Amino acid sequence: MNHTPADQPQPAPTADAPRNGYTINGKLYFAEPQPGQCLRTFLRERGVFGVKKGCDQGDCGACTVWLDGTPVHSCLMPAFRAAGREVTTVEGLAPPDGSLHPVQQAFLGAQAFQCSFCTAGMMMTCAALTDAQKEDMPQALKGNLCRCTGYRAIADAMHGRAEIAEDIAGEACGASVPSPLAHAIVTGEARYTMDVAMEGMLHLKVLRSPHAHARIRAIGRDRAMAVPGVAAIFTWEDVPRRLYSTATHEDHLVDPDDSYMLDNVVRFAGQRVAAVVAETEAAAEAACRLLEVEYEILPAVFDPVAAMAPGAPRIHDERGEERGNIYADIHGEIGSVAEGFASADAVHEMTYSTSRVQHVHLETHGSIAWQGEDGRVHIRTSTQAPFIAKQKLCHLFGLRPSDVHVFTERVGGGFGGKQEMISEDLCLLAALKTGRPVQWEFTREEQFIGATTRHQMTTRVKLGARRDGTLTAIELHVVSNTGAYGGHASETLGASLGGPMTAYRCPNKKAAGYAVYTNMVPGGGFRGYGSSQTAFAIECAIDELARLLGIDPFAMRRKNMILPGDWIESAWNDPSDVDFGSYGLDQCLDFVEGALAKGGGLPKPEGEEWAEGTGVALAMLECGPPTEHRSGAQMRLLPDGSYHLAVGSTEMGNGSITSHRQIAASLLSARADRIAIVNADTDLAPYDTGTFASTGTVVAGQAVRMAAEAMRDSILGFARRHTGADCRLDDNAVICGNERVGLAELYAIGTRAGHHFEAKRKSYLSLRSVAFNVQGIRLAVHRATGEIRILHSVHGADIGRLINPMQCRGQIEGSIAMGIGWALTEQMVYDAEGRMVNPALRNYRIPSYADVPPTEVFFADTYDRIGPLGAKSQGECAINPVAPAIANALADATGVRFPHLPLLPDRIFAKLAPHA
Amino acid sequence: MNLNTITEVKRPQSADQITQWRPGYAWLAGGTWLFSEPQFGTDTLIDLQGLRWPALTPSASGLEIAATCHIAELFAFSAPPEWRAAPLIRDCCNAFLASFKIWNASTVGGNICMSLPAGPMISLTAALEGVYTLWPRDGAPREVAAVDFVTGDNANILAPGELLRSILLPASALSKRFAFRHASMTKLGRSAALIVGTQGEGDLLLTITAATPRPIQFYFPEMPPATALRRAIDARIPADGYFNDVHGSAAYKRHLTLYFAEQIRAELAAA
Ligand SMILES: Cc1cc2nc3c(=O)[nH]c(=O)nc-3n(C[C@@H](O)[C@@H](O)[C@H](O)COP(=O)(O)OP(=O)(O)OC[C@H]3O[C@@H](n4cnc5c(N)ncnc54)[C@H](O)[C@@H]3O)c2cc1C
Ligand code: FES
Ligand code: FES
Repeated sequence: MNHTPADQPQPAPTADAPRNGYTINGKLYFAEPQPGQCLRTFLRERGVFGVKKGCDQGDCGACTVWLDGTPVHSCLMPAFRAAGREVTTVEGLAPPDGSLHPVQQAFLGAQAFQCSFCTAGMMMTCAALTDAQKEDMPQALKGNLCRCTGYRAIADAMHGRAEIAEDIAGEACGASVPSPLAHAIVTGEARYTMDVAMEGMLHLKVLRSPHAHARIRAIGRDRAMAVPGVAAIFTWEDVPRRLYSTATHEDHLVDPDDSYMLDNVVRFAGQRVAAVVAETEAAAEAACRLLEVEYEILPAVFDPVAAMAPGAPRIHDERGEERGNIYADIHGEIGSVAEGFASADAVHEMTYSTSRVQHVHLETHGSIAWQGEDGRVHIRTSTQAPFIAKQKLCHLFGLRPSDVHVFTERVGGGFGGKQEMISEDLCLLAALKTGRPVQWEFTREEQFIGATTRHQMTTRVKLGARRDGTLTAIELHVVSNTGAYGGHASETLGASLGGPMTAYRCPNKKAAGYAVYTNMVPGGGFRGYGSSQTAFAIECAIDELARLLGIDPFAMRRKNMILPGDWIESAWNDPSDVDFGSYGLDQCLDFVEGALAKGGGLPKPEGEEWAEGTGVALAMLECGPPTEHRSGAQMRLLPDGSYHLAVGSTEMGNGSITSHRQIAASLLSARADRIAIVNADTDLAPYDTGTFASTGTVVAGQAVRMAAEAMRDSILGFARRHTGADCRLDDNAVICGNERVGLAELYAIGTRAGHHFEAKRKSYLSLRSVAFNVQGIRLAVHRATGEIRILHSVHGADIGRLINPMQCRGQIEGSIAMGIGWALTEQMVYDAEGRMVNPALRNYRIPSYADVPPTEVFFADTYDRIGPLGAKSQGECAINPVAPAIANALADATGVRFPHLPLLPDRIFAKLAPHA
Repeated sequence: MNLNTITEVKRPQSADQITQWRPGYAWLAGGTWLFSEPQFGTDTLIDLQGLRWPALTPSASGLEIAATCHIAELFAFSAPPEWRAAPLIRDCCNAFLASFKIWNASTVGGNICMSLPAGPMISLTAALEGVYTLWPRDGAPREVAAVDFVTGDNANILAPGELLRSILLPASALSKRFAFRHASMTKLGRSAALIVGTQGEGDLLLTITAATPRPIQFYFPEMPPATALRRAIDARIPADGYFNDVHGSAAYKRHLTLYFAEQIRAELAAA
């Protein structure tokens, strides 16, 4: 870092600041930036961490600051240009009197954030808009990307709509109480992984392979080592030769041990080849460029069908000849599809495919590792699974679990992308070897070429039905491209053959699935996790079959959808631990049909080139994974009478710290803000498998419920013994008969008497409920330009009782926006050598404000008997029906079925019939 | 992002202070492209901001735009009513994928010198018959028609170190009627086609940009019929002459070009 002793804030200048004086939020700093330094890093080096990096390329707006009052992207602004000028960041937005700026107040009121990584930039932009600009928010916010919210809550903030509910003792559950960090978020104080400065920090950079498949013959490091500031270089020869999987699951056996930290074979373009640590990022980068790698290029294969053929290049030799590149295959049949098709009056068969996409959580991957004075290693990281990351690090480095501490502070989005250990290992390696703290922050390009993606899947669907619409047979054949490594491959494949097929009752079902290694960037976990891919295929196919039979798509679904009391099964006979804790699919379908019929949203654009259509799709989710999942929670009453809650699960914008507090508060008849919460820390919280697979509520939330109940029983039990009366909790006191004893007082009395006001409980996920989502879309497509405009979006969600209605809605809206991106805008493009052509947000377009219409969200009136306090999973499944509903609406509008995502204008225009 | 290979920033008060040029030098305008990608081949930035060229100079002969004029300044320009084509300025600014915050930093010259197919300042200045003044490192200033400046994707006629000084949009062009068509594969996204027609007295000047690697212009002294227009475009731009990239396939861009060109023809012919 470039800190200089003079680099301390000085009193604000009265006259013009001198040429090397920088006024940042009213404080004057004297410093000389590096010649090519951008303002973003210059500000962060001064400890102004509210300025975020989502891309470092001008595309996302997370780094927005004001220069003399004018908003600019600080990642593009040469730092020296701020000399003698005034820089305002989110930390300087509020007036000095400690109140909030109106825009901060508005964002707080509307809770216009989830992971909040975009929020500082969003507010700095919104606060600078003229009234004229506010009239056209899509245009005004086209330079600010948010991956979580779907922008509705941001629009609400801009329109002054507030949604937060008051925090009333005993009534927290079911109320839209704000995030406990809301104030820290809008003031820019919330700290993410990289928002710390440490003495003596080294910076890590990796060299990534330009080749899709190659053996490394040699790596010359002399020139790289000679770069001033380089501390160490690591190649495959320097790392433990121990196989593992970067994917994180409770059961380590569900993912193949097919990776080395650094390998002498690279299997995709973008794979790590070597790591350099140096005093500065610049030195590490320069050294990476000077490494001399001798590659022996190996034949590569990118298409999974080609990779399955005999004679295809082998990607993992050690796996035995007969299995070739097929990592996993799953087969099953119930009944007989042959008989089912024989008895069908109509059969639809078609191949559908879905594309590879990236999570684009706005905070990139990154970690900081160091050896503490306690003799242990500490890893501060951006993960969805700190406890599994810890286990993997122990495995790789042969460390004792008690010597390793992994934790998150605030995580800027995950969506499955951080269900992966891909940055912690190298930081720890370097910290152990150098004895210094080491940090590594992915670039946005690395997110695309060196992290994971949604599995690309190709699905052949065959459906048969009788004339009245009754399904007689469902057959699925799925080929999943898992890329160079097999993390999540079998689990996503299993999921692809699960939920979407389970949603329909049919006596004859057959499934065959293959997850195949290729020389592509690896697949990984991604919201919807395999189900999204085949939900697309099946939901399109159901519509096609309905069309063949002349049956309305809603009627077709009602005729065949799963009903309470049905045996829940896809294509295998084994009993499962899934049951109907509640059922609201019927309500969701009714709502969507009614809302579309009522005709909200926008009218069809004028002009005969526009064709209009509507579409629907449904999805079913098993609440939690079929694999093991565990979570613990721990509660304590504190001397001041407030509570402390520790939960292992990660908060990454999913809102779990808010809802966990609400669960505990409602059981303790307290206000939510009486409960302090820590989470995702292997030292401070009980074990948790990780926040993925829709488990934040049904597993971690369940543990919180049990711990809070035990806490309540512990307090009331003692109070009863102490007073001899019947007691109940009332916010910060117990009421025993006519007496009110403050919890602080009770704590003092109890502790003296040797009572422990503490509770710990663990929950395990078995007996899983089911949740449902139904999406309705009305759209218009321009027959000449291929432009698609979503005119009306409606969504019905059956997610049980809403612990926090505002958050639930936010999760649904965010999922829909992500579904729209998958369906309409996002595309990872590769050249013939398997290199990604568009690894930047400018060229890989996640939805911006303009791309996402508002959605009418309906919640089924259900109360789950399995999930905690009646709730079910909510963060994941809403994405699944979005793409097929859009595709079905497009087919309805044009009469043409487009079976391959994404539905980009240049992929569909040629088939759009010109109007008569 | 940090440009870690930069070791020096020169901040001249006048362009003559830069007497030598060598590989590794780059003019720094707004920096919004330069700082958006690593610039491994560059070690020295030469800041144009200190030259203090007046951003916009309207006169009877037209509008002179300094290369260093910010997009935001151009967007805010209010033109005399007789410059009927002036609204095209805003249309073209809005065709940027980049938002108004980028406009506060990026410059007209920077966009032109980037010479990307989707460069809307190229579209604007080509459609309005702009003339660029270029300052070679040694030698006298030269002038070139906007439409001849860009030679391909990210390629132009600038010699090493040569500077784009200014753009003149002649009043005659600014006074014409115009029709504008634009498409992007995502809402308010990067241009797939940006096509402009202008009309003086019954003629048609059609400028095709974004769909092709460089601007292509057609002049018809009289408004052509639809078939003639289409034939002229096909004759000049072969099917593979369109720009194929992630913002639209060549086939799609050809389709858009022909569709919009005909719309423009019809719109201007109707008046
Ligand atoms: C979010 C975002 C969106 C974008 N969208 C678009 C888009 O829609 N269309 C598009 O075309 N581009 C787009 N760009 C890229 C780029 O064209 C713009 O960043 C901008 O136009 C560059 O202008 P600048 O003044 O910042 O140039 P700089 O980054 O300073 O310079 C760009 C290049 O031009 C050279 N240069 C600059 N001025 C001169 C001069 N007077 N004489 C000679 N050489 C000069 C520089 O040396 C450099 O090579 C986008 C960039 C970002 C960050
Ligand atoms: S970090 Fe600057 S725009 Fe994304
Ligand atoms: S809240 Fe906007 S990116 Fe997460």
